[in-house]
Amino acid sequence: MDLLQRNYFELLAIPAQFNIDLALLDQHYRQLQTEVHPDRFVNASPNERMQSMQVATQVNAAYQTLKNMTARARYLLQLNGVDTLDENNTIMPTDFLMQQMQWREVIEDANTHHDIASLDALLNEVRSIAKSLALELNTQFNLKTYLDASETVRKLSFIDKIISDINHAIETLEN
Amino acid sequence: MALLQIAEPGMSAAPHQHKLAIGIDLGTTNSLVATVQSGMSTVLQDEHGHALLPSVVRYKEDGNISVGLSAQAAQSSDPKNTISSVKRFMGRGINDIPDTTHIPYQFRDTGVGMVQIETRAGIKSPVEISAEILRSLKSRAEKALGGELTGAVITVPAYFDDAQRQATKDAARLAGLNVLRLLNEPTAAAVAYGLDNASEGVYVIYDLGGGTFDISILRLAKGIFEVLATNGDSALGGDDFDHRIFCWILAEAKLPPLNQEDTRVLLTKAREVKEWLSENSDAQITSVLSNGKLVNIKLSAEKLVELTQTLVTKTLNPTRKALRDSNLSIDDINGIVMVGGATRMPQIRQAVAAFFKQEPLTNLDPDKVVALGAAIQANALVGNRSENDLLLLDVIPLSLGIETMGGLVERIIPRNATLPIARAQDFTTFKDGQTAMSVHILQGERELVSDCRSLARFELRGIPPMAAGAARIRVAFQVDADGLLSVTAREQSTGVVAEIIVKPSYGLTEDEITNMLKSSFGLAEQDKQSRALREAIVDADRLIEAINAAILQDGHLLTADELIAIEAELASLKNTCASNDKDKIVSSVEALNHASENFAARRMDESVKKAFAGQDLNKLVL
Repeated sequence: MDLLQRNYFELLAIPAQFNIDLALLDQHYRQLQTEVHPDRFVNASPNERMQSMQVATQVNAAYQTLKNMTARARYLLQLNGVDTLDENNTIMPTDFLMQQMQWREVIEDANTHHDIASLDALLNEVRSIAKSLALELNTQFNLKTYLDASETVRKLSFIDKIISDINHAIETLEN
Repeated sequence: MALLQIAEPGMSAAPHQHKLAIGIDLGTTNSLVATVQSGMSTVLQDEHGHALLPSVVRYKEDGNISVGLSAQAAQSSDPKNTISSVKRFMGRGINDIPDTTHIPYQFRDTGVGMVQIETRAGIKSPVEISAEILRSLKSRAEKALGGELTGAVITVPAYFDDAQRQATKDAARLAGLNVLRLLNEPTAAAVAYGLDNASEGVYVIYDLGGGTFDISILRLAKGIFEVLATNGDSALGGDDFDHRIFCWILAEAKLPPLNQEDTRVLLTKAREVKEWLSENSDAQITSVLSNGKLVNIKLSAEKLVELTQTLVTKTLNPTRKALRDSNLSIDDINGIVMVGGATRMPQIRQAVAAFFKQEPLTNLDPDKVVALGAAIQANALVGNRSENDLLLLDVIPLSLGIETMGGLVERIIPRNATLPIARAQDFTTFKDGQTAMSVHILQGERELVSDCRSLARFELRGIPPMAAGAARIRVAFQVDADGLLSVTAREQSTGVVAEIIVKPSYGLTEDEITNMLKSSFGLAEQDKQSRALREAIVDADRLIEAINAAILQDGHLLTADELIAIEAELASLKNTCASNDKDKIVSSVEALNHASENFAARRMDESVKKAFAGQDLNKLVL
């Protein structure tokens, strides 16, 4: 089935670029699932039921990837032949690493002092940095400076990890 | 033999024929069945006008089985053979049951697997006991609707894990129901509520049933119900409130440990008191125990609130987590729908109102709303609804992971991912010539294997022998729209498909189900051959009907030659169906499946095109 060969942008009929219309993405996702979801094929042949599940799975994967900024950028780089190598390439600018360590300390301190307020403040700070990185990424994609974009994506991966760790810390303290 | 009569299935494939489909709410305390009649979802009643079927099954002395009110009435006199709240044991091991001392059943401690209960009718699995409840509802529906059912949607708590879902599906199979879909209870409630009120926006479904608590956050827009996050506690419900009252009575009346009959009597009393106190300020508890001792104490509504405060608070943690997972705050919530009989308690309503800073919606009967929603979905799934105006996008409630070195869990599918979802993971061999390996699947949010629930061990066999580390075995984990996991494995360099043997940790094996199926049928049908033949014919029937419907709808996608080829296989399958030869039927089904493979793919492509019909996509695609 060539449907499964399409890239995520093609599948969801969204222009393959970093800045996308998220409302349009939502709309297309819903339109597509309305037609291909397994619920539409309950009485169909086993072939069609299986294919519906595969396509609906693919549509979900596409939607999740494109909806998330970091995942979308990583995927777009991949389509352009650049592997961000998030897992192996951890060489980052020193100032960025210093900031990371600082954030980790804030989380640890907040944990020891049961200080949810300072975790909330950190969350806001980190989120605003993510926003400015997104602006940078957009410029880099427009200029097709993919290696720079690749480093920004790695930074965003770190940021995502920090955000999830902060959320986890808040959750633990709240319980 | 009657079997020949159903070999004319193509004829019944009239596209607009109303099919009989039901929705079943298989509850901890009560179960219900509903259907859509003349466009209205309606709960079906028994011959005495009762909508709720108490989820109680009794194995009687005369060998018969009673379900519902009559079984419930015998709970105190025959506690060992009268099983209630069996839903709590579905897909659960003996160690999962927190307090067996107050449960009057005799559990069989096998140490592994799903719990079993010893009754006078033999050892029963929770799956078999649930199947009795489903059978009773099925026959109620067949009587009311006067025909054979096409299928059923059965609801499960959103927070049910894979083992609990699988157990529910197995129970339906034992009861002879064709399961169209397992539907999450809060989602079902949202369907009933949302379609009734034509609501749009973000809604929270707070579902406190007899034995389970679910919280789901959904976005409703134009008939699409998108679950954003779900959370809960599959072992918290109205039963726990009863239990608190029961323990209070024991302490207050200074009672020694009770026998099983008295335990049952006081637990029933506790439930009545709880319900009474939802509308009254005081309750008098009067009961004579089997030793003649009189219990006569007063419980105030105020005291009840105090006794159960921690239970109410316990529901708010999952609520917070679900909000966080959906990236929403309380201000984003357009409404809160209350589901489950336990939400009648004023302290629950007050706690929810205080948490969300708005009054919850209670205009639908919290006991019926789940079944009503399930019926609406069943009606849509069998194709009775003409417009494609209802779609449910649900999520997996708990993360799935695999065991890695050092007893750690590596997450492969995160919680709250929209279904269906798949993830592939590559594995390699540890030793030269290794041909088998085992993958341990867990469900839960914690990092250690010991803190998560073991779902199953998948044993891969038939890996081609290679040097250590040379084999690349890609294991694909697919979770379907029912939230059930299936696993396939393929060695990448040779393309060899590894054989997978599933050992469910708290489920039934295929053999066990087959044995239960056999023993659940009458003597005339005990012949395995005839049963297999019947199943094959039912399968063939469905396939013929599906292909005919597809040709009717999309025949233009086929060339003349292709159409002739498919029709030839159709005719041949119809003929073999009359032959009563199971093997021939199965291979004929395969041939038809094979002949229509490309047709299926083209129809999927067509569906995608249809999704964007009327939109100018050229300007979108770069």
